[in-house]
Amino acid sequence: MSFPWANEYKPSHPAMVWLDEKLPLPRFVYNAIGAGYPVPRNLNYMYNFGVLAGFCLVIQIVTGVVLAMHYAANTGVAFNSTEHIMRDVNWGWMLRYGHANGASAFFVVVYFHIFRGFFYGSYKAPREMIWLLGVAIFLLMMATAFMGYVLPWGQMSYWGAKVITGLFGAIPLVGEPIQTWLLGGFAPDNAALNRFFSLHFLLPFVILGVVILHIWALHIPGSTNPTGVEVKQESDTVPFHPYYTAKDGFGLGVFLFFYCAMLFFAPNALGHPDNYIPANPMQTPAHIVPEWYFWPFYAILRAFTQNFLFFPAKLMGVLAMFSSILVWFLLPWLDKSPVRSGHFRPTFKKFFWLLVIDVAVLGYCGGSPAEEPYVIISQIAALYYFAHFFIILPLVSMTEKPLPLPFSITEAVLGADEAAALNPAPAE
Amino acid sequence: MTETAVAESPNDTAQGVRRRDFIYVAATGAAGVGAASVLVPLISQMAPSADVLAESSTEIDIGAIQPGQAIKAVFHKQPVFVRRLTPVEIAEANKVDVATLRDPQTLEERTKKGKEEWLITMGVCTHLGCVPLGAGEGEVKGEFGGYFCPCHGSTYDTAARIRKGPAPKNLEVPPYEFTSDTVVKIG
Repeated sequence: MSFPWANEYKPSHPAMVWLDEKLPLPRFVYNAIGAGYPVPRNLNYMYNFGVLAGFCLVIQIVTGVVLAMHYAANTGVAFNSTEHIMRDVNWGWMLRYGHANGASAFFVVVYFHIFRGFFYGSYKAPREMIWLLGVAIFLLMMATAFMGYVLPWGQMSYWGAKVITGLFGAIPLVGEPIQTWLLGGFAPDNAALNRFFSLHFLLPFVILGVVILHIWALHIPGSTNPTGVEVKQESDTVPFHPYYTAKDGFGLGVFLFFYCAMLFFAPNALGHPDNYIPANPMQTPAHIVPEWYFWPFYAILRAFTQNFLFFPAKLMGVLAMFSSILVWFLLPWLDKSPVRSGHFRPTFKKFFWLLVIDVAVLGYCGGSPAEEPYVIISQIAALYYFAHFFIILPLVSMTEKPLPLPFSITEAVLGADEAAALNPAPAE
Repeated sequence: MTETAVAESPNDTAQGVRRRDFIYVAATGAAGVGAASVLVPLISQMAPSADVLAESSTEIDIGAIQPGQAIKAVFHKQPVFVRRLTPVEIAEANKVDVATLRDPQTLEERTKKGKEEWLITMGVCTHLGCVPLGAGEGEVKGEFGGYFCPCHGSTYDTAARIRKGPAPKNLEVPPYEFTSDTVVKIG
C-alpha cells in the first residue's frame, strides 16, 4: 500500500513509456523505493539497519559465489583450498576476509535491527507478519552461518559441526537417527562437509526470498517511526527517494568505514585462532567456542547442568536454546500495551535496557570457558531472559501508565500541526 | 445443458455426495501419495551411504599395552579408547556403589568376562561429542581418575562412567570381541 498522496509514476522517456505499458517494472521500483513511497519524516539512524542488512546479504552472496569458484568441498583438500584462495587466487585474501567479516557485520547490523524492533514496538499490529518473517530470516541466517563456518575444515569447523549436530542427538528416540542423517555418517566427515557446502550455497537464496516477503509485508502498513504514532497525513511523510536513499546512503558509508577497517586492519579479530589448525577428529581443542554471534544462545544452552524432572540436562539446554529465539515469534502477543514506542513507556524502557545488558552478559559468558563463575552467571542471565518475555513484558504492558503521545508525527517534529488544527480530530 | 442434467441426476444429489466427489478424493489422494514418494529418495540420500556403512569393523593389536596405559584407535572415524586398567583402578571402579551413579553399570558389565582389565570405550563424550582427555600420556584424567572432557567439564571414572558434569551417559562400549589374546576386533 501507499498513502493517497504518493507521487504517481509518469515516465517521460518514450522507451520507459513503452516498457511501462508492457511490463511495469520501473513503476514497481518507483512505488517501492522511489518517490512513489512516502515514509515517516522522523526516522532516526536506528532505521538504517534494514538497508544495511540487505547490503550485507549482497556482500555475502557476491563474495560467496566467487569463493565457491576456488573452494573444494572435500575433507582431503578443503583446508588447503582455503589457503590456496588466501595465497594464490587474485585478491583471494580480501574476498575470503570480506566474506568471513561480512558474516560478523551481517549479525551486528541484524542485532541492531532486532533491538530497534524491540524498543519501538515494530512487531505490534499491524506489523506482526513483518516481525514473524524477520525471525524466520534470523533462524535461516544462523543455519547458513553455521554451515559456512564448517567449510574451511579447521578444528573449530569440525568440532562445531560435531557439537551442533549433537544438539539434535539430544532429542528423545529420534535424536540419534536425525544426527546420523544430518551428518551422513557417525561423525562429521566428507559426506557432512559436502552437503553443508550445497546447503550453504542454497540458503542465502532462500533468505533472499524471505527478505522480499519481509519488505513486501513492510510496504503494506509502511514503516513504524520513533513516536509509534501512525502516519495520518501528507505532512507526516517524505518520499523515500531522495530523502531516505540519501540518508541510508550516508549510513551505508559509515557502515563501510567500520567494515573496511575490520577487513583491512583486524581481519582475524573476531575469528578463532584454532580454526587455522586443520580438523583433527582425534583431538578436541581445549576450549571450543562458537562464533561470537552465537555466544548468547550458547550460554543458554550450557546453563542447564542438572537433570530436571524427566528431562536430561542436555535436552533441557537444547530446548532452552531454541526457545530463546522461538519466543520472539510470540512477542506481538506477549506485549499487549497499545502504545508502540518505548519512548512513551517509562517502565518498559528500563526493562528494555536490562534485557540489552542481560544479552550482553549472556554473550560474555557464552564466550568464556564453562566453569564458575560463568556457569552460575549464565544460569541467572538465562532465567532473566525468559522472565523478561514471559513475565515482565506481559505484566508491564498491563500495568504501566504510558506518557502522553504526540497527536501526530508532524506535531512531534515541528511542535505544532496546523493541518490537524484546521481539521480537528478526537484527541487521543 | 443435457450433460449437466445427467451428471447431477437426482440419484446422486439425494445424499449430497456425488460419485464425482469420490474421483476428486481419489485423484488428490493418488497425487499426494506420488508427491510423498518423491520425498523418500530426496530425504534418504542424506543417510549414510554404502561406503560409509561398509567401514564396519576395526582390528587392533593390543599386545604392547602395559597396565595403566591406553591407546586411541579409530572406529567409524571416531576415537576408541583401549585402556588396560591397573589392579588399583579396577578396585576403585568396583568400590563405587552402582546405585548412586547417573548411568548405573558395574565394571563387569562394561568389560568382557575374564578380561576385566581391558576397558574399551568410544572416546566420544556422551554430552555433545568431544574427545575426553585421559587416554594420552600425561593428559588430565579428572578427579575420578578416568577421563575429563574439556568442552563442558564432564568427568568420568576409571570404568569410564559419568560421575560429574552435563553428560547423560557413560562412555559407550562399542561392540567388540577378542579374536586372540592380543587382537581385538571392534564392530
